[in-house]
Amino acid sequence: MTSTLADIRARDWRALTRRQLFWPTVILVALLVFNLPFTPNFFNIGLRNGHLFGSLISILYFGTVPILVALGMTLVIATKGIDLSVGAVMAISGAVACRVISDATDQNSMSVVFTAMALALLAAVAAGLFNGFMVAVAGVQPIIATLILLVAGRGVAQLITKGFILTELSQPYAVIGGYAFTVPTGVFIVVGFVAFTALLTRRTALGLLIESVGGNAEASRLAGVRSRRIKMMVYVFCALCAGVAGLWNSSSLGGADANNAGLWIELDAILAVVIGGTPLTGGRFSIGGTVIGALILQTLKTTIFTIGIPAQANMVFEAAVVIIICLLQSPAFRARVVALGRRGRPSPGPQESVEPAAPATVEVAP
Amino acid sequence: MSTLKIDAPRTGSAYLRFLADRRLPILVTAALLIVMYSYGSYRYSFDIQVAPNLFINNSYLIVAAVGATFVILTGGIDLSIGSLVGFSTVLTGLLVTQNHVPFALAAPVVLVAGAFGGFLMGCMIQYFRVQPFIATLAGLFLFRGLSLMLSKESIPINDGTVAAIAQFHITLPGDAFLSVGAAVGLVVVIIAAVVLHATRFGRRVYAIGGNEQSALLMGLPVARTKIAVYTLSGFCSALAGLVFVLYIQSGDPRAAIGMELDAIAAVVIGGTLLTGGAGYVVGSLLGVLVIGLIKTMISDEGTLSSWWIKIGTGALLLLFIGLQRTVGARRR
Repeated sequence: MTSTLADIRARDWRALTRRQLFWPTVILVALLVFNLPFTPNFFNIGLRNGHLFGSLISILYFGTVPILVALGMTLVIATKGIDLSVGAVMAISGAVACRVISDATDQNSMSVVFTAMALALLAAVAAGLFNGFMVAVAGVQPIIATLILLVAGRGVAQLITKGFILTELSQPYAVIGGYAFTVPTGVFIVVGFVAFTALLTRRTALGLLIESVGGNAEASRLAGVRSRRIKMMVYVFCALCAGVAGLWNSSSLGGADANNAGLWIELDAILAVVIGGTPLTGGRFSIGGTVIGALILQTLKTTIFTIGIPAQANMVFEAAVVIIICLLQSPAFRARVVALGRRGRPSPGPQESVEPAAPATVEVAP
Repeated sequence: MSTLKIDAPRTGSAYLRFLADRRLPILVTAALLIVMYSYGSYRYSFDIQVAPNLFINNSYLIVAAVGATFVILTGGIDLSIGSLVGFSTVLTGLLVTQNHVPFALAAPVVLVAGAFGGFLMGCMIQYFRVQPFIATLAGLFLFRGLSLMLSKESIPINDGTVAAIAQFHITLPGDAFLSVGAAVGLVVVIIAAVVLHATRFGRRVYAIGGNEQSALLMGLPVARTKIAVYTLSGFCSALAGLVFVLYIQSGDPRAAIGMELDAIAAVVIGGTLLTGGAGYVVGSLLGVLVIGLIKTMISDEGTLSSWWIKIGTGALLLLFIGLQRTVGARRR
């Protein structure tokens, strides 16, 4: 009786650990709890100046950009693509918006703000169309196709800002990167985008089509899926997400910095997607995983900041965590660790046999 | 190449055969370089030193691009180049300035450190099946972080040997000269070309890039070769770091940020396919020179702002990818 119960528990446990979201969630929770001894009030949420504040809130606040960008990136990666240009698109979108607003006579006018946002998103969509055209129609490898805009896009953004950091003082525009109803506006944007994407991909056939294109573009084309159109669409969507992230970024900063807006965000976003369990090889994606992945990265950054790891060391810390997460997710690595455990447990005799395999795990953490 | 020659008579005209030639992208890059150079000489009246300066000012990029070429030929990618270059400059500065290690001793240490870094990433990729993009991305963070940890500030290097090497000029005919760094770059390109085309290792690199599964079934040591390729790229990055030290005479933890993208762009402009299996190291050299020439011309123009360099490089990438596509499409 007890043995069967234990069996069932073991099976449940195995089933649970095989769930896509299991490991990312464990890592996120572990990271959050890890903060507690260092900052006892880590989980406190208070009200200050009419809006919520606290470590958790700041994770959500600064998580806006990585989650949004990673969301678009997820769909691109699901089609076996990659978009390196998101940072540049963010810079372009912020630059366009701030150019329009700072050139207007009345910066607080709603029509000016909406025009600015519309033009900025239009620019982002144009960038997405370019990427999509290069990948879907011209058939260029995604990494190279989007490398063009990564290189040139920031130049274009600088062209728009004429090399200066463009500042604007529009109050309506500041709401995007500020607070609405005591909650960071970014949270609403993110929830809206994530819900919209999740519904569209999981309640309609779209998600399946995206996965089939990522699994085998040629086969799905022959099966009647318009893979070109699907690919085009995901790049436009990804650029749109980046464009909104660019608006948020420039709004929260009160200006556009073409050099630094969204710098390296493509790397963070790709990392978030991979940590969330979407493989770079395409054909499968998890939106929930991506959100958790982005939150893990943002929590990691907050943790580094709050537990007082010296600023110089935080990249090393980040790298170490990223390496650990990637290895935890690597089936090859897990198989090796399991093999190591199995070999060590039943026979206490040949302890030496464990040794030769050990360096494999040591090599990872230089 | 031999298969192309066998196939050629069946495909017909000389024109098609010409288009099918794998060397075509290099010829296009070379032609573009010549056209740009001629235009530049006409418009900005280049003096004789401009050509050697292209090698001198981009020597570190040449070395790094050679390492990137090997990795890309196997179908992988290395994003850690810029960080490893920065790390190598800091390590050199630390050893030479703060610990008074002679440069002749410090240089091998730096090279071994870089190669070891590449080796670790290779192991992660090969044994734990972490995708190259992600593994080397972790390397990018790690090495940039390590160099910031070693030193927050830039470390000046006032070593006699370093200064002597940096100022040593190799005179060329007609009052032109090359620096030691540029000579190192050229030597690396020559060695790499020989390794790729005249050794078993080189054939394996192409074989793995062509089809890893087939290479494995043929009994080639895929694991060893792939790890060796990343080790080699790490070594080249460290060497590029040393060349960079000669160039800036300091160890800067923020040196060469984003250089991996320049290196990858150079490799692509040089005609190497990112899917692996096709390309030449000489092409990467030409790619670096084209990017360098754009920079020279834009700075000579004077009135153009620095962002035009980015836009120009992007446009050039677009042009080359377009060319590769049209040529590639005809081939099929």
